Amino acid sequence: MFWHRTAGGGAVGGAVALYAAVARGGFRRYATYRTATAAGVFTNTVFGCLIAYTFQALWHERPHLGGYDQAQALTFVWVGQALLATVALTMGGGFHEEMQERIRSGDIAVDLYRPADLQLWWLAADLGRAGFQLLGRGVLPMVAGALLFDLALPASPLLWAAFLASVALAVTVSFALRYLVALSGFWLLDSSGVAVLSGLAAMFFSGTLLPLRVFPGTFGEVVRMLPWSSAHQVPADVLLGRYPGLGLLGALAFQAGWAAVLLAAGRLLQAAATRKVVVQGG
Amino acid sequence: MAESFGRAASVRHGVRAYLLIVAMWVRSTLTYRASFVIMAVGNAAGSGLEFVAILLMFSHIDALGGFGLPEVALLYGASATALGLADLLLGNVERLGSRVRDGTLDVLLVRPAPVYVQVAADRFALRRIGRPLQALAVLGWALTRVQVDWTPGRVVLVVAMLLSGAAIFGAIFTLGAAFQFVAQDAAQVQNSFTYGGNAMLQYPPTVFSRELVRGATFVIPLAFVNWLPALRLLGRDDPLGLPGWVDFLGPVVAAVMCGGAALAWRAGLRGYRSTGS
Repeated sequence: MFWHRTAGGGAVGGAVALYAAVARGGFRRYATYRTATAAGVFTNTVFGCLIAYTFQALWHERPHLGGYDQAQALTFVWVGQALLATVALTMGGGFHEEMQERIRSGDIAVDLYRPADLQLWWLAADLGRAGFQLLGRGVLPMVAGALLFDLALPASPLLWAAFLASVALAVTVSFALRYLVALSGFWLLDSSGVAVLSGLAAMFFSGTLLPLRVFPGTFGEVVRMLPWSSAHQVPADVLLGRYPGLGLLGALAFQAGWAAVLLAAGRLLQAAATRKVVVQGG
Repeated sequence: MAESFGRAASVRHGVRAYLLIVAMWVRSTLTYRASFVIMAVGNAAGSGLEFVAILLMFSHIDALGGFGLPEVALLYGASATALGLADLLLGNVERLGSRVRDGTLDVLLVRPAPVYVQVAADRFALRRIGRPLQALAVLGWALTRVQVDWTPGRVVLVVAMLLSGAAIFGAIFTLGAAFQFVAQDAAQVQNSFTYGGNAMLQYPPTVFSRELVRGATFVIPLAFVNWLPALRLLGRDDPLGLPGWVDFLGPVVAAVMCGGAALAWRAGLRGYRSTGS
């Protein structure tokens, strides 16, 4: 942990400096594990290849399934592999396991005493982690995918900038969801069951198994409105240019909306949980 | 020490130790019943969702790589059952790297039970029974749907496929763990071959490139988990055009893999130097 970085709060500038330091700490913490990063890149590349082959066969049978041509479908696969560790919604490996453990052991009571906001603290740390994972585990699989398969990567810098914004929002939505999962530990003590269910929902409803545009009828429409689509479907569609003109802003607003709603829900739940901690400790 | 016992006695000792540790963890797991049920259902749903994705694909197509839904379901069920069994019985060996890192492996070295048994049985997760059960259900459905002229020999082929498949995946888990003696943080790499292998074997070999199928046959013999026996069962040619008897080599390949994994494990353990030394 890097609690010792906590500076005195108060002024807005001080607060910004504090959370920036926390984010830097998150980045550096994950940058330490070089072998693990290399192993992760290898695994993401292998999975990317396997899924790409099956998608190739699927799009060979049904060209333009879900409105994607084959190159776009393959790009969708590799965006997913590049974002898997960054968004960290499907697999473990984010802050929430640590927070779960602190709730279970009671160390969270100490965290609540600190002169920093609990949610913002973890958000800053998680954004730092995601920043490293995007560079360390996102870029290389994407490059490998582009070398091995024909991808439909855009030339427009605007689309890439929008993609990065969309990824940042994806991480925020993912954080907000995992924060809720971790907080459930206040009531369940062992929130790993909830974490498993959350990971499953994320795997299915984010588009990682199959693009959500391939899901049939009303079910598909509903699934595309859920928060999980922010994690893979929306960033991939942004990069593939599926949102023309102002639609691009609409897509980002959709993600930002879910981020705001879920972060607010996290604050409410945290307030309720905090009262419970006081009861338990008293 | 184990060496002074006879070979059979030491195997019996190892199995007994494994069962004792497993029974202890099962008892402790069942203390939190609600959590256990959620986790087991989640485990089944995790692999079930992969099958739902296959079903969604087949809502748009009739055949993938020339294979219909029951045939793909057969491949899926066989591979996921084999992986599920291996993962249930000794999947925990993949945590070896973190044991080496935090030094808890040293504790196991001084206990009067084989280290491998302790590492495999420690924190035995009964919830992982969800995956093989779900996969067996899909396999059962597939076996009633595929066009096969059932003979006793073909029934034996199916059973041998599942058991040797589980042994092959188990050997890969063990090889991965032995590799972690060298590279402690590289636990993820073996996922490429276990879960990644499973993700590949769910689909017909015709979907993948020839080089990949070759690699999965001759380098890491995953093809023996389900592809070759299942193709034989379905009366289909394998894409590499291997001689027919190769389809029956699953148990032999599994035995060779397990032998190799045992040697690698021993070499890894012998070369182990504690963080304290």
